[in-house]
Amino acid sequence: MERIEYNLIIIGGGPAGLAAAVSAYDQGERSILILERDTRLGGILNQCIHNGFGLHTFQEELTGPEYAQRFVDKVIERGIEYKLDTMVMSIGQGEDGSKEVMAVNEQDGLLLMKSKALILAMGCRERSRGALNIPGFRPAGIFSAGTAQRLVNIEGYLPGRRVVILGSGDIGLIMARRMTLEGAKVLVCAELMPYSGGLKRNIVQCLDDFGIPLKLSHTVVRIEGKERVEGVVIAEVGPDRKPIPGTEEHYDCDTLLLSVGLLPENELTIGLGAEISRITNGPVVNESLETSVPGVFAAGNVLHVHDLVDYVSEEAGLAGSCAADYIAACGEGKWAADETGNSVPVTFSGGVRYTVPASVDPAKVKHWLKIRFRVGDVMTNRRVVLYLDGKKALSKKRRVMAPGEMEELVLTRKLLDEHSDFTSAEIRIEEDN
Amino acid sequence: MKTVNLTCIGCPLGCQIEVMMDENDEILLVTGNTCPRGDKYARKEVTAPTRIVTSSVRVYGSKNGERMVPLKTASDIPKGKIMEVIRDLRGVSVPCPVRIGDVLFHDVAGTGGDMIATKNVD
Repeated sequence: MERIEYNLIIIGGGPAGLAAAVSAYDQGERSILILERDTRLGGILNQCIHNGFGLHTFQEELTGPEYAQRFVDKVIERGIEYKLDTMVMSIGQGEDGSKEVMAVNEQDGLLLMKSKALILAMGCRERSRGALNIPGFRPAGIFSAGTAQRLVNIEGYLPGRRVVILGSGDIGLIMARRMTLEGAKVLVCAELMPYSGGLKRNIVQCLDDFGIPLKLSHTVVRIEGKERVEGVVIAEVGPDRKPIPGTEEHYDCDTLLLSVGLLPENELTIGLGAEISRITNGPVVNESLETSVPGVFAAGNVLHVHDLVDYVSEEAGLAGSCAADYIAACGEGKWAADETGNSVPVTFSGGVRYTVPASVDPAKVKHWLKIRFRVGDVMTNRRVVLYLDGKKALSKKRRVMAPGEMEELVLTRKLLDEHSDFTSAEIRIEEDN
Repeated sequence: MKTVNLTCIGCPLGCQIEVMMDENDEILLVTGNTCPRGDKYARKEVTAPTRIVTSSVRVYGSKNGERMVPLKTASDIPKGKIMEVIRDLRGVSVPCPVRIGDVLFHDVAGTGGDMIATKNVD
């Protein structure tokens, strides 16, 4: 069977895939195909009907569908090809260095495709009950917050009337408000950690506005009910995150929403054989957002989970641009580029959990490079310091840092030139006195 | 005299702010904030808090079988009116097609503001 050929195939038509496509096109690439498994472009933004998107990208507050449409319009204006209802089954590499994609949909049946470059933009999914080890039966009424969001906003169903929420991720907080507005009673939001994983703004506007208590250092220890949830028991946890006997509290409810974390969706990436970070669960990438497989790039929540879609769009724009560069470097009739250069690993200490990218080739940075990272704990009065060859190159004061808020350091072309030929790069978090 | 406790949303620090007011709701003192943004936020929150309200309503006649269209208030409305706005939307449905920005309801809950569609539904 003949393979359909494109220069660039993008897997995923959510915010990352759309921004990557637009960016690659604007750099002159015309042979682009976006593959999307849902029935419309835009990804998860379609069900995020609350506002607060786009402050950085468009300097205005948009809802999710509006933000998505801005990028869908850009894709359509440019005539970029896309296929909906199309599920990618596997990706791999050909002997000629090409990237091979196998996908399936109702119209075309099996699709075998090859490309010079690939952009992974598959996003993430929610951690489910199975990952939590909560004892009890398997009654109806337990939903991930995102499933409840889809039911309410897209399907038009209210999944329950009396609700307990476990986890204080942003989607859980947003759904606390949404279900309250739709007439449900949200009794409590319990968070295992001593701090919330959600944005402050959401805690205030989704819980405080409606008098919904947030119980930090609490978790669900029992789910009652056999056919349908009839209640849950919540207990306080100690510093070891184990429930403290005697602190159990019972709540009569018919619904339990889980907002307990997001996991990048990388089955395809693993099948390809690209290196995966054990911290982010996303591929390990260099300054060009290129994975350990040359010509395969990644951006958005498939790479690491973001707080703001604006940052996803920006990151994906870089991936699109770097993919276009890679395709140009392949030259006519060739399916892979010879890549050279040196790669300096980005190391870190003082509470940083990971960085994206994980390595930098200073020669490949155009105007600037953003190193994004998260910290493992809430910290106050610190400095984020970048050392190049052991010399302080950049220092940024941070009054407060929290695991729920992504941090970034901007390395400008000028800064990299001033420290030319560095062979080590380290980000350290230091006390600021 | 009364006090109102707030969490600042200006940054991840989330300062616990206390606003002291007299009988006429005149602000006497703002404490607990660690920057001027906190002061500004607290004053607005206790005197005239506003929110954009988003929700979704049913559609009929969609070509591709969509059931709902999301919408939002075209501008901020007083926080105290949120539930009234939502009540006004209960049980209504709108015909397709709908484009982003289409006014679906005028003068919602007596706020004088419109509710506009936030998604294209064919």
